[in-house]
Amino acid sequence: MTDFPKIQTVGLSGILVSFADTMSEPANRAALSFRAAIDGSDWVEVSETSTSLVSTFLQVDLVAVPVDAILTRLNDLLDSRDWYTADLPENRTLWHIPTVYGTDLAPQLEEAANLAGLDPDAAIKELSSARVRVLTIGFAPGQPYLGELPKNWDIPRQQGLTKSVPAGALIVAIRQLVLFTNASPTGWRHVGQTGFKTFRPSSETPFALSPGDELCFPAVPRAELEKIMAHDSTGMGGAETEVLA
Amino acid sequence: MTATLTIAQAGPALTIQDLGRPGWRAQGLTKGGAADPIAVYEGAALLGQSPDLAMIEMIGTGGTFTADTDLRIALTGANMTAKIDGEAIVWNASHSLPAGAKLTLGGATSGTYGYLHIGGGIASDPLLGARATHLSAGLGAALQSGDTLPVGVDKGGDTGFKLPRDGRFDGGVVRVVTSMQTDRFALEERDRFANTPFTRDPRANRMGVRMDHDGAGFSAEGGLTILSEVIVPGDIQITGDGAPFVLMGESQTTGGYPRIGTVIPRDLPRVAQAPAGTKITFEFITLEQAIALETQHRRDIKALAGQMTALIRDPSTIRDLLSYQLISGAVSGHETFEKDS
Repeated sequence: MTDFPKIQTVGLSGILVSFADTMSEPANRAALSFRAAIDGSDWVEVSETSTSLVSTFLQVDLVAVPVDAILTRLNDLLDSRDWYTADLPENRTLWHIPTVYGTDLAPQLEEAANLAGLDPDAAIKELSSARVRVLTIGFAPGQPYLGELPKNWDIPRQQGLTKSVPAGALIVAIRQLVLFTNASPTGWRHVGQTGFKTFRPSSETPFALSPGDELCFPAVPRAELEKIMAHDSTGMGGAETEVLA
Repeated sequence: MTATLTIAQAGPALTIQDLGRPGWRAQGLTKGGAADPIAVYEGAALLGQSPDLAMIEMIGTGGTFTADTDLRIALTGANMTAKIDGEAIVWNASHSLPAGAKLTLGGATSGTYGYLHIGGGIASDPLLGARATHLSAGLGAALQSGDTLPVGVDKGGDTGFKLPRDGRFDGGVVRVVTSMQTDRFALEERDRFANTPFTRDPRANRMGVRMDHDGAGFSAEGGLTILSEVIVPGDIQITGDGAPFVLMGESQTTGGYPRIGTVIPRDLPRVAQAPAGTKITFEFITLEQAIALETQHRRDIKALAGQMTALIRDPSTIRDLLSYQLISGAVSGHETFEKDS
């Protein structure tokens, strides 16, 4: 008998199902798959669902909904399969987002490469060939936490904060990448720059990415990104997509 | 022609708000909306209209407003000095604002968040299904002097009614349920938290309210190493310096600081409205107690219209006379009837 999955109430706002207390690929997979199963079940009591790194949150009005009935159904669903090895949800998107590594656009590539035990060229090769998953979205609207990178990228956050990195910045720490929504201070290192907008409030699809999507950041020369940006009104920054079956 | 409201002079923190924008948590966007939803329901009751209509939220101080059409208005939330063309008007009440008249709303005298409601509501373009300004997400912006706002069609009704004020502007006891990380705090630490008198720190905004206290900071076992987890409004996170921080509707969707408990929804306006320096204590209650309190609160909100009284008790008030001729007990006299609209 393990402590997980664990079910808890969250204030009067809903129910949290946690699959672990540390980040791991299987626990993230479980959270994404379990959320998809809840969404597919159309429980009338659940008004909204979301995932954190290793948990699924169900928005439920605990004032109006008796919690016992829903707990029974949740436990039945949890017992119905091994969520840690479940298939990821269908119809996710694979994104290829052109990225400039290093240069004055992303000045901490060399520093991050050193910490990962690589020279800058080898670091670019690893980062631009990695395929990472949207582990969760948070901190800012549409902003993805992406992982996991190879073990040598388990590099710490820097001591001080960088005052501001721009929107579209690709930053790295603890085997994860983040693609910034807005200009913001950060303790993570700025290794790449894209022209991709994760949040497009006036668009029909205001949030580009969904949890579970996968992303690649192919390296392009600075001149190419500048050329893309000169003609981009979509926020895509030259990104291409394919559907993951 | 669309009626408009013009802001001749805007205070520093005026935004358009409504009851918020649910449904986007998975994409990293919190619901946001008015910091004091009770004030939203009071405004809706005073004007006999839907609580989903948008209004202007004013932090600390208001501004000067004029309209190009006769409007009905209601003022709720934090008490502010209020005048129409120099004549003082009552807060927590509905009034008529004639075309061209100058509505002046000054500094708050109790509470923090004041609300200006308009008959028909502010009819700005919705963004992602709501009109609420969400500053931290970059949805909308603070209102500026010179802005002109469209006003929706008012289905009409009487003005000159007031609602009683409750005690939510003066701090006091705020009730809390345990949350998903409460057990990360030792029992003695939780007891100390519940027995500590706090004052509302000046550092507060629509994202959260910091609490000050004398003595050592609070800490969880295992310190700050917890994994980032979902935030719901009212969560009390303990930040790096050991100070509690009550998270409001416009917080981030997830956070990595441990939560010692969650303020129940009906007491969250009490936290928002407490001016800097106000005394607040937290009391843990059971989930069952919280559900009973919220159930009663929802009943009270539904019954707000029945709490209204005329600003001036004048026997010639038409609506009051009408109420005597209607089916007894079925109406409060303040509802708008279908055949009227």
